Amino acid sequence: MRKPVARRYDTFLNMANDTNQFDVGYVAHLARLHLSDSEKQKISAQLKDTLAYVAKLNELDVSKVEPTAHATPLANVLRRDEVRPSIDRATILKNAPEQARDLFIVPKIVE
Amino acid sequence: MQYEAVIGLEVHVQLKTKSKMFCGCATEFGGSPNTQVCPVCLGYPGVLPVMNEEAVSKTIRTGLMIGSKVAGFSKWDRKSYFYPDMPKNYQISQYDLPLCAEGAVEIKLDGGKTKAIGVTRAHLEEDVAKSTHFETTSGVDFNRAGVPLMEVVSEPDMRSPEEAFAYITALKEILVSGGISDCDMEKGQLRCDSNVSVRPIGQKEFGEKVEIKNMNTISGVRRALAYEIQRQTAALQKGEKVSQETRRWDDAAGRTFVMRTKEYAHDYRYFPDPDLMPVVVSEEMIAAARKLLPELPEAKRQRFIKQYGLPEYDAGVLVADTALAGYYEKAAVASKNPKAISNWVMTELLGKLSEAKRTIGECAIQPEHLTELVALVDGGQISGKIGKEVFAEMFDSGKSPGLIVKEKGLVQVSDTGALEGFVNEAIAKSPKSVADFKAGNEGAINFLKGQVMKLSKGKANPQLVGEILQRKLRGG
Repeated sequence: MRKPVARRYDTFLNMANDTNQFDVGYVAHLARLHLSDSEKQKISAQLKDTLAYVAKLNELDVSKVEPTAHATPLANVLRRDEVRPSIDRATILKNAPEQARDLFIVPKIVE
Repeated sequence: MQYEAVIGLEVHVQLKTKSKMFCGCATEFGGSPNTQVCPVCLGYPGVLPVMNEEAVSKTIRTGLMIGSKVAGFSKWDRKSYFYPDMPKNYQISQYDLPLCAEGAVEIKLDGGKTKAIGVTRAHLEEDVAKSTHFETTSGVDFNRAGVPLMEVVSEPDMRSPEEAFAYITALKEILVSGGISDCDMEKGQLRCDSNVSVRPIGQKEFGEKVEIKNMNTISGVRRALAYEIQRQTAALQKGEKVSQETRRWDDAAGRTFVMRTKEYAHDYRYFPDPDLMPVVVSEEMIAAARKLLPELPEAKRQRFIKQYGLPEYDAGVLVADTALAGYYEKAAVASKNPKAISNWVMTELLGKLSEAKRTIGECAIQPEHLTELVALVDGGQISGKIGKEVFAEMFDSGKSPGLIVKEKGLVQVSDTGALEGFVNEAIAKSPKSVADFKAGNEGAINFLKGQVMKLSKGKANPQLVGEILQRKLRGG
């Protein structure tokens, strides 16, 4: 039996367990979405329904079931530590929103 | 009231691999920006990351070195966060099933005592890109993005900045000796965050903890912690509360500043990464990692003391640098005088290397040549003084000491006839010293000895010169 070293309840699990806790503004912020008040109302109602549906899973006793890490029964898909050619910088920088000094230029974000 | 600090450290270490964690781009430091990148490490949608087996095996080896339980089953998770250094908006990491759980690193305290600092876990993740901030924009270089990064999380077992310093130093020693990482902080190969709180001595519960970021050197960690402990203690003494927050250390200002408070803490929303299969660590994988285990620094120190008859101090200096210890052993193992080898390495060699700003790996002197030099001095073929001259030449040219002695005609003069000539000349030239000696000033003989050495251009055998001088002065 595997023993997890650290376990923390996920935001959404909490919300699924108690739909009253559901905070559409917070979830929108996590996804960096900007919602108008009417959108918030509409989506809040829809997501609460969705969560209530998913919450049916809580009725199952899974205490003796190991969590699924992956749906495909494969492990140790490894590659050798070998360097392979990278992509040419001029090509890759074509996708940069902006570029200078061989860097991708983005709005300044300092924590 | 007396207060004590409670400190835990999160150390991030770049693993020494040729290619990145999930793609074949090179990990080499210092490349021109954005030349070691591909769709995988740039975070393009639809790409497929594939694990680097060397990174996995090095993490397992680390676990064995710090006495961890290596997990039989380990998996990958996505850690959500939004920042330009990770454009897919999540970092691949390990959340609830890390490769290594538990373990300990032993540190040395004052007075020769040791203390085991617990390790909670060690897991693998991918490094993020490097940002450079300009006036109104930031520039991102993705060469570092995707480099295998191991995070080692300690228990809150440290009680002072000195213990934290000793912990990082000891962990670094283990990782370098195991070939896990070069741990060069200047290259960002080892980075460290700390959690620190303060509580009245005797209290069981921890105080409100503060996370400190941006400590870029080991001594910076010590300074940051010392400042933060003092700040928190002062607040508690004034009856104020310490708030749970993340603070940034500013080394130039010598203080910490608030980065974010609890309300703005990240919500990482970990979930299993569907692109990556779990790791099942087999007995064979552990056996393979065990074969590559190095001798741990403490064991090596003890062995050096026993096998080579070194003082504890010498063994400590040599073992602190894995490459230096290896160099020393190559020279010492073939020598009849391993302590002399240690003296040459610790004074002459380290001095010259630091003067020339070179590492031991870039040293021109072959270890075997150092063995030969010590044998030449011990055998009386050259004097210790000439030895230093020969050493300097070896350092510059890489030639063997035997060759240098031959080329420059530096062989020590032990021929009594030749030495008597020098001694007579010195006595004739320095009547005052001769008179002083005869008047009972024994020290005056050293001046005469010096004159003989000068006349012989340093080649005279000093012991024989002393004997001849004594004989002549007392006899005459």
